[in-house]
Amino acid sequence: MSTMVQAVRMALHVGEDRLGVTDIFGEDVGAPLGGVFTATQGLKTTWNSPLDERGLIGTAIGLALAGQTPVAEIQFCDYAFNTIDLLKLAGGMAWSSGGDWNCPLVVMTPVGSGIHGSIYHSHSFDAQATRIPGWKVVMPSTPRDAYGLMLSAIVDPNPVMVLIPKALMRVKHAAGEEIPGEPDERTLSKMIDAPIGDRSQWVPQWPATPDLFIPFGKARMVREGEHVTVVCYGRMVRECTAAAEILAPEGISVEVIDLRSLHPYDWPMLTASIRKTGRVLYVNEDTEITNFGEHLIRRTVDELFYELQAPPKLLAGAHLPGIGLADNLEKASVPQRDGIVDALRALARHEP
Amino acid sequence: MQTATAAIPSSTSKRELPKETLLQMHSLMLRARLLEERLIRMQKQGDGYFWIGGPGEEAFNIPFGMLVHKGQGPEFDYLHLHYRSNAVALAMGADPVDFMRQMKNTASDPFSRGRNFAGHPSIRKWNLVPVSSPIEVQYAMAPGTAIANKRAGGKGISIVTGGDAGTAEGEFASCMIWSTRPGNELPVLMVVTNNQFGISTPAATQHGEQRISDRGKAFGMRTATIDGQDPEYVYFQLQEVMEYVRRERKPFLLEVMVSRLYGHSSSSGANFVGDEFDCLPAFEKKLEERGYLARKDADDMRAAITQEYLEAAKRVREEAMPPQEDAFTHVFEETNHVAWKKGN
Repeated sequence: MSTMVQAVRMALHVGEDRLGVTDIFGEDVGAPLGGVFTATQGLKTTWNSPLDERGLIGTAIGLALAGQTPVAEIQFCDYAFNTIDLLKLAGGMAWSSGGDWNCPLVVMTPVGSGIHGSIYHSHSFDAQATRIPGWKVVMPSTPRDAYGLMLSAIVDPNPVMVLIPKALMRVKHAAGEEIPGEPDERTLSKMIDAPIGDRSQWVPQWPATPDLFIPFGKARMVREGEHVTVVCYGRMVRECTAAAEILAPEGISVEVIDLRSLHPYDWPMLTASIRKTGRVLYVNEDTEITNFGEHLIRRTVDELFYELQAPPKLLAGAHLPGIGLADNLEKASVPQRDGIVDALRALARHEP
Repeated sequence: MQTATAAIPSSTSKRELPKETLLQMHSLMLRARLLEERLIRMQKQGDGYFWIGGPGEEAFNIPFGMLVHKGQGPEFDYLHLHYRSNAVALAMGADPVDFMRQMKNTASDPFSRGRNFAGHPSIRKWNLVPVSSPIEVQYAMAPGTAIANKRAGGKGISIVTGGDAGTAEGEFASCMIWSTRPGNELPVLMVVTNNQFGISTPAATQHGEQRISDRGKAFGMRTATIDGQDPEYVYFQLQEVMEYVRRERKPFLLEVMVSRLYGHSSSSGANFVGDEFDCLPAFEKKLEERGYLARKDADDMRAAITQEYLEAAKRVREEAMPPQEDAFTHVFEETNHVAWKKGN
């Protein structure tokens, strides 16, 4: 029974063991720490890099172009903003060369708020990432999806960004959503979590987990409903699911869709759901101006206008320079469960 | 004010290359120059939107292209070039007409299918990484290909070039740092072609360092600043530097003093700059003095190539432009073209 960070680690192990991953690198990614969130503990191909995000992405591009299979970690997405120039180049490598080259690399980075991370450990990156053509962008909300999306990222011939909600790193999966082959929680921890103290002689025992590829462009139906659709991803999936449970006794049936693959995204599933409910709320943590949810609203209006029973809504982070450290400041800055409940209720009760 | 050219080792080469090599070099330099001049004319005549290139750097670029360990995959050299490097590709055997196709942005442009400016080649079969317009980003990528070079064994290295002004960007420092990690030194040849200008801004007004190459010394790198105006001298210097990087699997920072004969780009007029040193007539004079080349033969060659390129440009003008729907191809690739396994 894994946590998300253990699931990422197991996926990276499969990557280097069976899928050709050559380099898992970044700041503090190698031994002894194995990443500030422990996502890279015990792996064979990890190495520590200089504290230089532009160098990191540049080196990952170089490795990819030379036929290696790199997974680069930006320690917090808050520090990826100075790499956008290089991310654009990676995304444009195939297109700019008319298909002469491709650039198969994976960048993984923790995103979002929810751990009292203050101004520079709480940023979101989905609005930025989805604005860079040529990248596939995913954000899991469960350990199983983190595992399966990471495997798909590793074998994809294009650059893929795996955004990992840092508040969900230690969250365990729900019953029935195990990764096949993983043992119980205690056993798994003994097998793959590095011991406290001296780790120099420690060798992890990897459970036999399968090549479970979760395809890009396929959303996850978390909860079926009749009256209103909520489309979310990452940490917001738990909040939206909880909101749906709160509203059920009121007779409001909420359909919860975890987009999980932001680009490409599962427009067929969204279309079917919105046609059914006629009402849609998009929820994410990133700042609200030029937000990815705005794109989804635009497409909803463009293509489904006459099937809507209410104006589509977006609940996103406030357009502020950062998430303030104090609890009240964070609550005021990113969508909260109460706000999602209110927004869904208003949408469900909206009279055309 | 101290000029950056002060006290550079003399370009007089005591060693001599065989006549055939020198004549091949001359032919390539002449072709590279006339190609750039053709591209400039194409742009001025409306057969292209923008010109940028490297006339004035031939005495460096041609020996460079001749010395590349050419091939595909990490057993061969990776080239991270900038937009003054057409002559390098030409010396490696690229078809000059392809550069005209890129100028004219035709569908047949093999470097970018009409997407990128002239002077931005991409040749995967020779490990020539797509040239991009942002300054210095290529220096961040070179350590990555160099890791693969080192792993592959063999003698392949990663060679990265850029101008002097671009060394102000962070990636220049990134390249030195990532190439000199203790115990993980990388076979990267960092080249700075120093023409002493960033568009209109003289380097001496922005850079306090006496020599750009000196920056490598802080990282324990071997460094040199050389005169890049005599291709014979450059050939021997570059050969020695490349052999060091190939053999030692360690980086080298080479600064090469060059000219910028037609200004920055078409945005600054692309007119001949009379007061810059021109390596081509100087080399022709040297060949004449050695009795390898007669003036008339050089003039005839120039006339013949000029005519050849004029006719090629006329043909390129008639080639199809990419249709609108072509803009949507190659955003994502379905197959991994760069996948590499030893032996393939």
